[in-house]
Amino acid sequence: MFDIIVIGGGVIGGTILRELTKYQLKVCLVEKENDVCMGQSKANSGIVHAGFDAQPGTLKARFNVAGNKMMPAYAKELGVKYINNGSLVVAFTEEDFQTLQTLKKRGEENGVADMEIISAERLREIEPNVSEEALGALWAKTGGIICPYGLTIAAIGNAMDNGAKLYTDFEVSSIAKTNGVFEVTAKDGRALNSRLVINCAGLASGKIAEMAGDTDIRVSARKGEYILLDRESGDFVSHTLFFTPTKAGKGILVSQTVDNNILLGPTSEEQDNGCTDTTAEGLSFVIEKVRKMSKNPPLFNTITSFAGVRAYCDRHDFIIEESQKVQGLIHCAGIESPGLTSAPAIAKYVTEELVCKMLAPARNDGFNGTREADYFFKNLSIEEKNAIIAKDPSYGKIVCRCEQITEGEILRAIRENPPAKNVDAVKRRTRAGMGRCQGGFCQPYVAELIAKEQNIPLEKVTKNGKGAELVVGVSK
Amino acid sequence: MKNTYDIVIIGGGPAGLAAAISAYDEGVKDILILEREERLGGILNQCIHNGFGLTRFKESLSGPEYAARFVDEVESRGIQVMTETTVLSLTKEKQITAMNSTYGVFVLQAKAVILAMGCRERSRGALNVAGSRPAGVYSAGTAQKYVNIKGYMPGKSVVILGSGDIGLIMARRMTLEGAKVHAVCEIMPYSSGLKRNIAQCLNDFDIPLYLNHTITKIEGEKRVTGVVVSEVDKDKKPIPGTEMHFDCDTVLFSVGLIPENELTKSAGIPLSPRTRGAVVYQNRETETDGVFACGNVLQVHDLVDFVSEESELAGRSASSYVKNGKRERNAVSVVNGQNIGYVVPQKIDKNLGGSVKLFFRVTNTFRDCTITVKCGDKILLQRKKRIVVPGEMETLLLTEEKLAEVDGVIEIILEESV
Repeated sequence: MFDIIVIGGGVIGGTILRELTKYQLKVCLVEKENDVCMGQSKANSGIVHAGFDAQPGTLKARFNVAGNKMMPAYAKELGVKYINNGSLVVAFTEEDFQTLQTLKKRGEENGVADMEIISAERLREIEPNVSEEALGALWAKTGGIICPYGLTIAAIGNAMDNGAKLYTDFEVSSIAKTNGVFEVTAKDGRALNSRLVINCAGLASGKIAEMAGDTDIRVSARKGEYILLDRESGDFVSHTLFFTPTKAGKGILVSQTVDNNILLGPTSEEQDNGCTDTTAEGLSFVIEKVRKMSKNPPLFNTITSFAGVRAYCDRHDFIIEESQKVQGLIHCAGIESPGLTSAPAIAKYVTEELVCKMLAPARNDGFNGTREADYFFKNLSIEEKNAIIAKDPSYGKIVCRCEQITEGEILRAIRENPPAKNVDAVKRRTRAGMGRCQGGFCQPYVAELIAKEQNIPLEKVTKNGKGAELVVGVSK
Repeated sequence: MKNTYDIVIIGGGPAGLAAAISAYDEGVKDILILEREERLGGILNQCIHNGFGLTRFKESLSGPEYAARFVDEVESRGIQVMTETTVLSLTKEKQITAMNSTYGVFVLQAKAVILAMGCRERSRGALNVAGSRPAGVYSAGTAQKYVNIKGYMPGKSVVILGSGDIGLIMARRMTLEGAKVHAVCEIMPYSSGLKRNIAQCLNDFDIPLYLNHTITKIEGEKRVTGVVVSEVDKDKKPIPGTEMHFDCDTVLFSVGLIPENELTKSAGIPLSPRTRGAVVYQNRETETDGVFACGNVLQVHDLVDFVSEESELAGRSASSYVKNGKRERNAVSVVNGQNIGYVVPQKIDKNLGGSVKLFFRVTNTFRDCTITVKCGDKILLQRKKRIVVPGEMETLLLTEEKLAEVDGVIEIILEESV
């Protein structure tokens, strides 16, 4: 019997789970995939928004600004890469320039500090590769970038280190409530009981609500396609460059990532079935927009393209509240952008303002909020590296040559919380396979390490869960 | 541990091995080969098919057999080797930082360095192929590693994009292992693979080659379930209405090789945007004195035999550098002109003397054409060719006498006969 079951292993479920372990509560997280962070939290722009975008008075505005302020310390505590690189909303027309004023005013109303409207000349000084046609920009200095899957994995890992349980491949098929106790059952028959349920199921949050008897959550989704460029072009831009939003939409962004890649995208396409296929049209659109934003984008250095879905609700604001229909069921739904930025603030609110008021738990004095970074070795000094190799020689062996990731880091990712059970899971934790050869060289090694550590044959090792086996059998 | 060497060779594949042997035989014995894999031989170790060595040894060897001949030579000379050792960085001053499990991170100082890191395959990601991202999408070399080294089948029902040699070899390999290879698609109007591989790997097994075709969509949520293949127009844009669907569980990419020059770049050594390898003189010395490059890290070769030949030249040159030190140069540039994709070397040092072999690739298939090497209006060399294709490297020898006439930039061009 748990006090709380969190449904959904994305950044919202993950940060809430971690926040709950600060209290003497028995908590768990259920995730339908083979690993955590498999939905919208893994394929988004990784931006820590300043908070000028959301309308004043909305939950989006409130949690965005609060989350932005919390993020530097939060990321540091969890060993997650965060860079305060600043955001630039670039104007291309006089009308855009007017909009920048509106955005700045809105930001100020929301409590965003350090915003400035800059001239074309100043813009080119700080971003030399921006298009000659740019007229100026809104510079939001509190804007930042973060590794979205790093944050999610670290939050869940830290929660587990503090006693939370994780159930993967747990696809919820029914939720029943009898005598004040929830029973959450998975497709494979496993069942868990709890006093509260927190619905953080992203795209499936409407379905989860319905299972519990609440039809008020109506979720739709948009797909966003991205292109990622090699680190070799990592200095193409240093800030996050946005188009000025118009009636036609927000446009795409051109941004550095925390790993010094360049991220281009996303498109925004209505897509209800969760399909994350990339399309020729979508990728062409991204390329066209990037060429408008910047001079000679180094597209020849493309290393991958991908897409993610983002769920949103018909209320067009975050839904963070106890269900009107089912007591003890808390919804965190429609957490579209700026959800990633907002996550630490949402987690704090849900825990302190909702859960604590319902269960009145005591503080967990043993809580330890710090976590070591998942990949780190490359940036150490020679002395530091040698001290580690002396203790554990597996750190002396490079497995991923493109990102210089060692066997030691990969083994740790397989062993630590939450354990990496497949090749993509190792990739998200360590960056092995995320470089320019896209795992061409290291994938067989990573697969062998997983097989050995889990004591399974290589045929059972998957890319990202059952059905995604890497090999189909032995050769003759 | 010893941390100074006369010559340090980065990479123990065919290039590094041949360079080590020739450098040693030229009189420099203090040589170290650094290899990141467990054993010497490089990618040859997974190339278990035959056809290697026909030019050099006049016999058909498998990849491991070809490698073994060089490994034996290296061992009999007592040349030092460190395996499972990755080079982390290189400086212009020829300082090498490397790492392994035994010594940790260590710094070596070399008098000369030979870059022999080979190349990597271009991945699916670099091409922006639309569709899903399931298991079962591999570069041909990764599939080759699974089948030939690890002993596993990456799939049973295969479509291959790209007709590079590894793709062709894997079409045959997968077929021999019991898989069904439905098609090899090539976006260009010609294959970049060797003619003999088209004959022996595709034609002999009735595997269709679709020229001017590309994969426009990959399907399958967890594992590949199929692909859409479309014909392309002359701008390489898919032609609507030409879509073909193949059910398959595996897609292999053989869409080009890229020299692995991250270390070269980190040392600030200039690269050619054409070859993506270092700019070199005819002795394979880069623009940095005492740093040499050879094999596929310099230019992607068709045959390992040519890698060995080039690497022996680099080995001799490195040896000469160690013995004689830096030379005064009298350099002229060699540039690729009309219809020529690239040329190596990009620089000729007239002080080196001797004749110079130019290696180059043409940009398309040409019949009955003339290749001219000229310096200004002066024609140095002219050759008529019945047929040339981008998939086969061309060479021309510029003799010492001809070089004496050179007083400026050398240009190589191809003209179609009218």
